[in-house]
Amino acid sequence: MKVSFPHMGHLYIPLKTLFKGLKLEVIAPPPISQKTMELGVKYSPEFACLPLKINMGNFIEALEQGADTIVMAGGWGPCRFGYYAQVEREILQELGYDFQMVVLEAPDSRISELLLQLKALGEKVSVREAYQAIRFAWKKLIAIEKLEKKLEYCLPRAIDKNRLESIFERALQAIDEAESQQEVEKIAQESLREMEKSPFKSAEVLKIGLVGEIYTILEPASNCYAARCLGRLDAHVSRSIYVSDWVNDHLFGGYLRKSNHKQIMQSSRPYLNHEVGGHGQETVGSTVDFARRDYNGIIQIAPLTCMPEIVAQSILGRVSEELEIPCMTLYFDEHSGAAGVYTRLEAFVDMLQRKRALPSNSQLMEARA
Amino acid sequence: MSRVGIPRSLFYYYYYPLWKSFFADLGAEILTSAPSNRHTVERGIELAVDETCFPIKVYLGHVAELCREELDYIFVPRLVSVEARSYICPKFMGLPDMVRALIKETPPLIDITVDLSCDEKCFQKDIIRVGRLFTRQARKIQLAYQHGCEELRLCRSLASQGFTMEEAIKMWEGEPMEAESETDLNIGVLGHGYSLYDERISMNLVKRLRAMNCKVLLPEHLGSEVVEAEAATVPKRVFWTLGRKMLGSALHMSQREDVDGIIYLACFGCGPDSLIGEIIERKVRDNKPFILLTVDEHSGEAGIITRLEAFCDMLRRRRNYRSESKLSPYGASLHSFENTV
Repeated sequence: MKVSFPHMGHLYIPLKTLFKGLKLEVIAPPPISQKTMELGVKYSPEFACLPLKINMGNFIEALEQGADTIVMAGGWGPCRFGYYAQVEREILQELGYDFQMVVLEAPDSRISELLLQLKALGEKVSVREAYQAIRFAWKKLIAIEKLEKKLEYCLPRAIDKNRLESIFERALQAIDEAESQQEVEKIAQESLREMEKSPFKSAEVLKIGLVGEIYTILEPASNCYAARCLGRLDAHVSRSIYVSDWVNDHLFGGYLRKSNHKQIMQSSRPYLNHEVGGHGQETVGSTVDFARRDYNGIIQIAPLTCMPEIVAQSILGRVSEELEIPCMTLYFDEHSGAAGVYTRLEAFVDMLQRKRALPSNSQLMEARA
Repeated sequence: MSRVGIPRSLFYYYYYPLWKSFFADLGAEILTSAPSNRHTVERGIELAVDETCFPIKVYLGHVAELCREELDYIFVPRLVSVEARSYICPKFMGLPDMVRALIKETPPLIDITVDLSCDEKCFQKDIIRVGRLFTRQARKIQLAYQHGCEELRLCRSLASQGFTMEEAIKMWEGEPMEAESETDLNIGVLGHGYSLYDERISMNLVKRLRAMNCKVLLPEHLGSEVVEAEAATVPKRVFWTLGRKMLGSALHMSQREDVDGIIYLACFGCGPDSLIGEIIERKVRDNKPFILLTVDEHSGEAGIITRLEAFCDMLRRRRNYRSESKLSPYGASLHSFENTV
């Protein structure tokens, strides 16, 4: 059995570890490239959203390399994602690939069901070994996210941004290859220290909240590397979604560590009073949360025609007005020209810098009086 | 007497008789917006964010129109789920919040939450909450709701006799309807009711087909047991109520001898349509001629008419060949066609 899976940001590293720990042969799809996009777009339904198209590209490339089992996540709506696997399987079968698709979906996001499904994958290992595999993968995930957060913090402040990025890339690769938890910890510690040591600028940086749909936030290739680009424009980007939070809240029911998920959902009231599937309510809640924490601006990103995010976008206008925080929405599909996106990001950052330099409305009023 | 406005859009086409009798029994006067027209559409496009799908834009136009009237309430339900373990669409779940965010100064909204995905208790409570706006007697509210359900059943049985829901609602309100004239083609038409029966969104699809001598077969004309049974044949249950209904109807129609072809009307940007349309096309195309029409606010009517005419011509031609086996219902038929000519 040669297992493959779709890409989503750096998730391939913990996933590889997990499947290796379950004593399965893993074939990770090649990194997302222009070719991946082209393959995906060619064989996907025209109006499907971008993640499905990239998934398709990943699967085709992995199957070409010899994978025979695809592990995919599922769900029960109302977001389209829950039906992805079904459509993808139909298309791949029609293309003549011989493979098996394992869809991991907990009927009510209950961990026990998910563990059973994982157990079916890990027939060759004992429960103990399976537990260790999950634990090791979780450790890697946590280490990667610490690095990501550090990069988000340091990149806008650093003078030599290239160096910082290369430290990060190197650390990722080392973690990918690491064989033990101690090793992962050591790499993470060293890289974090190295990042902190790089010389910083003295000027205060802008703080921007990145909210929106999970895949576009986590997979840089799907958003024209918007987060990295903002960092290079001297803006400190905080995301509304990190994989570990999602795993903790949705798979382990908040059991692994303290979570502020409930509070974020509460923040979305009175603007959005009901969940709308996907991450629509989180988007509104996080925006309110970022505004209260004095962020300078919000960027919402999502794939074109994403239903929950359209609801959120409709409501963000009102949030932006009432809480006086600038919001911009960017949609991505296979046609996204990177240059156009960069121009808009630059303009947004320029505007925020200008806004910060200007006296606030209340100060103006006082001056006038 | 309170006046309640009901937008003539979205789930109006599925549930209006229920809502109308419910509010009427509670002593409210009901006002609906005019059928969608150019002004509704323009107003809706102005209000909505660009990426929103056409039916929601039209809906906002209807609400905006009602806001100009002297009303005590506007009825904007939050439809999460109308049956167990199924959803409608994320946009319906956020509808009242979208209306509040996009339209300034609306009359108070009646935003009852309809969520039957798990159990009915919350919904029953919410009915009472809404009813309390008009009367204090809980019993009266329950009776009004039951009466509403009966009226809805009546209206649906009218629709099942070969009419669209829009016509059924008119008949239910007492307007006479003519029976269909002579037809020579039988065409299955699928699509979300709120786009199909709105003359502006579907560009009068059903009436146009009838004018082309076609008998139109709609999901409402099929028994729900048949539809559900067919829909259950796919590996994973479709968790969108309307999507599942359409998939089941399509599978059923594709097996019926008397159906000549199937038309699927989708809206640009509709999430469920983008996947369900694809699955239906894959399942149906080996048995029946199939076209998928995608509409949005830019659609040119002439383009749609041309495609419908071409489709009907093709079906008639196909019918005239006695031996069906020589023509593939989908593509790659040119060769066999030349041979028979």
